[in-house]
Amino acid sequence: MRKIISIIILVIIGVGFIFAFSQIPFGKDKINVANYYIEKGIKQTGAVNIVTSVVLNYRGIDTLGEITVLFIAAIGLGAVLFVERKIQKNIADNKKDKTKRASLILRTGSRLLFPLILLFGSYIFVHGHLTPGGGFQGGAVVASGFLLMYLAFPKQSINKKSSSVAESLSGLIFVGIGLLGLVFSGYFLTNFLPKGVPNTIFSAGIIPVIYIAIGFKVGFELTGIIDDLLERSK
Amino acid sequence: MIFQLILIFIMITLAGAAVIFKDLINAVVACTAVSLITSILFYFLQAPDVAMAEAAIGAGLTTAIFIIAIRKTERYEK
Repeated sequence: MRKIISIIILVIIGVGFIFAFSQIPFGKDKINVANYYIEKGIKQTGAVNIVTSVVLNYRGIDTLGEITVLFIAAIGLGAVLFVERKIQKNIADNKKDKTKRASLILRTGSRLLFPLILLFGSYIFVHGHLTPGGGFQGGAVVASGFLLMYLAFPKQSINKKSSSVAESLSGLIFVGIGLLGLVFSGYFLTNFLPKGVPNTIFSAGIIPVIYIAIGFKVGFELTGIIDDLLERSK
Repeated sequence: MIFQLILIFIMITLAGAAVIFKDLINAVVACTAVSLITSILFYFLQAPDVAMAEAAIGAGLTTAIFIIAIRKTERYEK
């Protein structure tokens, strides 16, 4: 009975969505602000990738909020798992060295792929203003590389102290650049550096600097989440 | 266009399979495939930024976190 009711509710919601979205003219020039970004974006921010210019320049403070949400989520996870770890530590001491080694294929393959994945992730966040992608995507790719290493070598882990220092430092760089914009131009997160020539790597002012900081922060944060979870599940 | 419709059909099938599977590892793998197809569709819809995030987070890290959680709890649905 409950399943039938939930299916009926889902059908009603689906039909509602279909009616709502059939009224929206997708892909047509109805929204003025989108046209503004497409026409003036490259000239005003120097970033060829319009998505990046919106994320970091026109809506920079939203990105700061997103980073904060991710940071709080990581802290909350760490806090919950830390309390549990204290209770379980005695049990874990009794049955140690039970973790098996990963297979030869996984170990060799991850040794080969890990540097390439790191290179690709850093390419994504360094070139955030030129090609698709940016700090969040690059950071996630870097974290998936670390995940591969965790699966291949379960006994080893990252240096927690230096990773948390790098994470905090990149957060501070983001906020610090925002405050420098306040000092030089009067608004938080203003693009105060020279814009440069579009389509070159040293262009778009503060955008590459902030995206590199976001890449480091997201990468180390997600790696820290994986590290916490795996340590608990041993 | 036909290719995208086939992808959407596979995606809906996999999403239904994820609900039906009793082995939760299979269900997680079906969810991963749904994320992967979603990222391909995002690419076709000319949103490569979103496609990248979906592929890295939806298909990579979420799967790992689910599998770690399943390893810690129970593998089969009652």
